[in-house]
This record gives sequence, structure tokens and C-alpha cells, in this order.
Amino acid sequence: MINASLKQLSQALAAKQISSVELTQLFLDRIDRLNPSLNAFVTVNAEKSLNSAKAADARIAAGTAGLLTGIPIAQKDIFCAEGWRTTCGSKMLANFVSPYDATVIRKMESEAGLVSLGKTNMDEFAMGSSNETSFFGPVKNPWDQARVPGGSSGGSAAAVAARLAPAATGTDTGGSIRQPAALCNLTGLKPTYGVVSRYGMIAFASSLDQGGPMAASAEDCALLLNTMSGFDERDSTSLDRPLEDYSRDLEKPLAGLRIGLPKEFFGEGCDAEVMAAVRAAIAQYEKLGATTVEVSLPNSHLSVPAYYVIAPAEASSNLSRFDGVRYGYRAPEYGSLDDMYMKSRAQGFGAEVKRRILIGAYVLSHGYYDAYYLQAQRIRRLIANDFVEAFKDCDVIMGPTSPTTAFKLGEKAADPVQMYLSDIYTIAVNLAGLPGMSVPCGFVGGLPVGLQLIGNYFTEAQLLNVAHRYQQATDWHQRRPAGIE
Amino acid sequence: MSLTLEQVQRIAHLARIEISDAEALSTQGHLNGIFQLIEQMQAVDTRGVEPMAHAQDLSQRLRQDAVVEVDRRSAYQAVAPEIEAGLYLVPKVIE
Repeated sequence: MINASLKQLSQALAAKQISSVELTQLFLDRIDRLNPSLNAFVTVNAEKSLNSAKAADARIAAGTAGLLTGIPIAQKDIFCAEGWRTTCGSKMLANFVSPYDATVIRKMESEAGLVSLGKTNMDEFAMGSSNETSFFGPVKNPWDQARVPGGSSGGSAAAVAARLAPAATGTDTGGSIRQPAALCNLTGLKPTYGVVSRYGMIAFASSLDQGGPMAASAEDCALLLNTMSGFDERDSTSLDRPLEDYSRDLEKPLAGLRIGLPKEFFGEGCDAEVMAAVRAAIAQYEKLGATTVEVSLPNSHLSVPAYYVIAPAEASSNLSRFDGVRYGYRAPEYGSLDDMYMKSRAQGFGAEVKRRILIGAYVLSHGYYDAYYLQAQRIRRLIANDFVEAFKDCDVIMGPTSPTTAFKLGEKAADPVQMYLSDIYTIAVNLAGLPGMSVPCGFVGGLPVGLQLIGNYFTEAQLLNVAHRYQQATDWHQRRPAGIE
Repeated sequence: MSLTLEQVQRIAHLARIEISDAEALSTQGHLNGIFQLIEQMQAVDTRGVEPMAHAQDLSQRLRQDAVVEVDRRSAYQAVAPEIEAGLYLVPKVIE
């Protein structure tokens, strides 16, 4: 049961082979047993979870259940959930119990009837690529506990990889769904910007942040995206589009699919064995009937520099709300109001969050705004235009998700720039606002490798189709780490 | 470009984050490493390129000027560090 797909769990629940309470208890027991070493969850509340499971069982008995009603899920601790401690991985919110639900939580739990198993660990305010910036300590990669799970959705990735949950939510500002999915052998999807509501999802960089599913397969991701997505009045950047069934094209044959291979993703900078796994996956696609064409993203080398202006600028503005007045941490001792702000923020934020706030404050300050912030936004346009050109010649772009497999805990923690370069292949997708996925495509030295798929705007259903057909022909996504039985 | 220690202290003040001299020094090193990365942008000729603030070119939606939320003031205030009689307490600002 712990390795079952969401569809299989749905069938088992509908056939009364297992109740939601039993299924939830099964995963809560696994969390009890395995979480102390992995540190994937920061908050578990068995009573709340089991109450939701009882409500789901009642819906199943009454015949009012949806496809995913009663299935347990792990929620990244960036989503506010009423009555749940919601920390965003920060001391600033270590005692914050949310008085309201994020739209994603409302849709998945109140409407679809999914059962929350708890809140997963993450880099503080989603700023990191290794989960090491969390106030609650690092998460261990279930494939090798001396290594990072990736970040910022590292807790979600480790939880699903170790089967502490059948699936999880993540958010992706510069790669935070795709990179941990790659490092933990999961399938993860970052939708087109605006498809999933950001209401109640604690803001990091508002023009880039996007929530999405992390699961064992493309099929699971499609079913989850169906419940997460949709227009939301409460998010001013939510897109008012007709609802889609993202699973509708899963089985479509891939004959005639044109795969674009950006020459910038296949040059230097990627580990050779990772690259070999990616090339083998592309060869598999050719067997499935796809053709490849070289494309170019000539400005992609500028995506990391532009991102580290734009994201910190937006973060410095978003995080100004944490002032120790209305919610969150307040320093125990202070003098004036200004002193209270300065001490609360100095003590409540960790080192990486402070660095990004300072970069943001600087690039937005008088005399530097044009040279940094506007220049970065102009480069953002060039990067987005590169994709427009590339998609004239192809249907989907492929390449590595991460330049390396999971690195060792502590290996890059002291050097922010080295850490930032972990996201070299993922960031451009956020700047352009495109949908992207990571799909398991092999192993190097026992560690998972992810294949990145990038689609044109609103082609999530096609990306999921492209991933699903590959997963029918391969079994990489079904491999599980040892020692988690 | 590199930031001086005074500049680091000044932006920390702008961001309302207290910073000790020792922290300012290590932060200076990290920030200068990051700005070295960012500097790559300066070599790019972007004359005539329209800045892109957002992934979708949308204008802000307007909504009806009507009450749609219920009053949840006490629930929202319950998470505040210090309140009294429905007010948020902070150090005295005006003598």
C-alpha cells in the first residue's frame, strides 16, 4: 500500500479495502518511525489528520467522495493551513498558528477531501537549494542520509521518496520543486505562472512563486494539479481560464513530438555522468517516436545573475511585513519602536534570508535601481524571448534538471554563490513564467538523476503526457531507496 | 563593484535588521561574492528592451466595491505578540 499510486489508493478506498483512517494511520506510523532521522516533517498532528480522515470516510460512505478523497498528503510548510502551525522554515514564524487556509489547502483538503499528514520542512522562506537554511535543521536525502534532498521543497521531496506520504505539495521560485524532485527520484511539476493560486502561500518573490505537485509519477501529478489549480479571486495574478483536466492527454502517443535541445544546456557545467543519463533518456524518447532538434537559449547564462537581483528585490519588499507587530517573532528586549523592528528581524531571520533582504534593499535603493533592478528586468525579457524563439521549432525542451546529483550536507553551505549555481538549469523557466517538470531518468553512483521538461505556456497536459509515456517505458520512477521498508 | 562596510551597515539599517560589526564583515564578503555574479549583467546591451516585471501581461482586475469578507478580527489578532483592547501594542512613538 505504501508504494501504491494515487489511482490505486483511490480504488482501494472506493472498494472499501481500506479506510482513510487506516491509510492515514499507516503513514502516520511511518512518519513516527522514520522522520526522526530524515527530519522531513516539522509539524505532525495525528489528531487533526485522523479527524480529516474520518470526515473523508464519511464522504466515501455517503457516496459524495471525489477521486482523491481520503488520500493522505504532505503539505509544504509555506502553505497557511488553519489551526496548523505554519513556519515557512523560519524562527520568525516558529510559533505561528495560521488563522486561515491558503487556497491550495482549501481546494485540496476542504473540497477534494485529501488528508493532510502534516507540514514539511523547507529552506527558510524557500530561500535555498539544499534545505540547510531551515530553522528546524536540514532534511536528509533518503537515498543517502549524508546528502541533501535539494531545496527549497526538500522536506516534501524526502517525505515522498521515503514513502512517509503518497504525494506532497511544493513551491518553485527558481527550481524549488524540480531540483529536489530530481535529487530524490520524484516527478515534480511547476505550472505556468498564474495557474495555481498564491493566496495563503507565504510570499518570497511574487512574480516567480508558483505552487505545484511532487509525487511518484506524472499520473499522480496530473491528478493533484487538477485539485490545486484554478482561478482565485483572492490572488491578483491568478489567471481566469477555463478549468482543465490535466490527465486528459496522458496516454497520447509521442510520435511526431519535436524535442528541442538547447545547446547551452548540453555544454560545459554539467556532470558528465548526469549528462549521460539525460542523453539516454532522450534516446528513449526517440524510440517512442519523438525527433530532436537543436535550439538555442543564448541568454540563459544570465538567468542566475538576473534572478539574484529580481528575487531578492521582491523578497525584501515581501518580508518587510515581518516587523514583530501583528504576527511572528518579537525580540524579548528592545527600546524604541525602530529598535524593536531591528532586533526582531535580526533575531527572527536566518543568515541566508538576511543576505537576500540586503541584496534586495540595495538593488532597489536610490542610484542603483536602474543599473540593477531595471537591467535585470530587461534581461528577464531577453530570456523569455529566447524561449518564444525556441518553441517555434519544438514542442518541448529537454535537458538536465540539476548539474549534479545530490551533494553532501555542508558541501556548499558556506558559499552562497556555489549554492545558487545549483539552479542554473531551472531559473530561466521561472523568469519566463513557463511550466517545467523533473522526471526520474537514471542513477549515478546510486543517486537519482532528473530529466527536465520545459513546455510552452499552458502546456501542462502535454508535459504530463510526455512524462507519462516515458514512465510507461521505463521504471526509474518506481525505484525506492533502501532501508525505508 | 564592491560594497564597503559602511554600505553594508547602511542597507542593513534601511532593511531594519540590526547587524553587529563582526556580522557586517562576514556579510560584506558574501554580498561581494554575490554581486560579482550579478555584475555579469552589466556587459549586456539592453537598450530598447522593455523591462519585464511579470510573466503575464495583465492589467489589475477590479472587483465590485462590496463587502465580501466576514469579520475575523479577533482570530487574526490572536496571533499578535502583544495586544490590548483590540489594539496592537508597540513602544511609545509620540511623547
